[in-house]
Amino acid sequence: MPLNIRTYHELTEPDRSGLPQQIAAQRHRVAERLVGVRRVVAVMSGKGGVGKSYVTAGLARALARSGRATGVLDADFNGPTIPALLQLPVARCTFRDDAIAPAVSADGVKCFSMALLLEDGRPLAFQGPEAEGHVWRGSLEAAVLREFLADVAWGTLDTLLVDLPPGIERFQELAELLPEPPAVLTVTISTPESRDAVRRAIRCAADRGAALLGVVENMSGEPFGGNAGEELAAEFHVPLLARIPWHPSPSVYDALAEGLQ
Amino acid sequence: MKFLCVECDRQMVFEERRLPGDGTLAAAFRCPQCHRVIGLLTNPMETQLVASLGVKIGGRTIDAQPLETVRSMVATGKPDAFTDDGPRPTESAPTWSPEAQERLARVPSFVRGMVKRIYLDYARQHGIAEITPSVMDSARSELGLEGM
Repeated sequence: MPLNIRTYHELTEPDRSGLPQQIAAQRHRVAERLVGVRRVVAVMSGKGGVGKSYVTAGLARALARSGRATGVLDADFNGPTIPALLQLPVARCTFRDDAIAPAVSADGVKCFSMALLLEDGRPLAFQGPEAEGHVWRGSLEAAVLREFLADVAWGTLDTLLVDLPPGIERFQELAELLPEPPAVLTVTISTPESRDAVRRAIRCAADRGAALLGVVENMSGEPFGGNAGEELAAEFHVPLLARIPWHPSPSVYDALAEGLQ
Repeated sequence: MKFLCVECDRQMVFEERRLPGDGTLAAAFRCPQCHRVIGLLTNPMETQLVASLGVKIGGRTIDAQPLETVRSMVATGKPDAFTDDGPRPTESAPTWSPEAQERLARVPSFVRGMVKRIYLDYARQHGIAEITPSVMDSARSELGLEGM
């Protein structure tokens, strides 16, 4: 006998659980928290080990030096390094107006990171059943990202840099949480292998409707061959914002910050 | 997730949620016409998946707390990562009985500040001057505070 019943969208009676409304409230909380942030910039790369976090930290300090209020959300929950790179003081997290106060570097960069919360040397692990952990772990990490956006007192910022882990998953989560997709700054090294991996990430961001700010070629010069930064910039019609050498001076990041006006 | 009483063609309404403490969840839904009640029972993995979305079946009973998911779900957090959430301004805080203090002290410190604030808010909302283990039990049951 065929099943002849109303389906989900045909049930319109009030629903006390209101799960879609709860999700909408979460998004609203993110938008409200970021109302004082002029722009969110995702620092991404399809490739691991290209120095996204170093670039993020150097750029954040340069932006702060130029007088622009800057924050960094360290979205690499499993390998957080931003607090060390910004030389943040070790301190307990405090509360301000129903939110967590971000840590602040000597340069004035606001920051929040899983590194501030985890026990030294321990990996990020969640409470919960061990079986089928892969089913819910990604969802929990997305919830962490949402709370880092919504529950940290970012205040008024010119730029909130979001340091993403390798790959595109965290970018997709970020784009879903924000009212609009974040602007994207892409980091690569010069090799053809990096170029090919980073191309996929840039394509993903472009398909999502994100503004592409440009490409940074990090660890530029020997021993790496190739010309990935220039090639990707030409392919996507964006500027090659910087070629950062192995031992950059602060002025290299100052120039990068200037290019991100 | 919605439930339909096929016989009455009516959407069933949420009645009650229980977290028995073993990682599972039980929720009851009632048909507003024939009053038949059915139970939704989720296994630990399914319960975790719902929790990871930051939503509550049956609706939220308390406002979202800062870093609620992080503090209640991260198992490897630094015990001293957070200071206490602190008292809400302009309100006098209920007191804690020694037994309640002892029980609160057993909550992992990573999440203790949040749990403390939830109990304090619950006591204020119910006009309770002293928080005792019995009050904590009532709050857990009414608010659905798994593991707190």
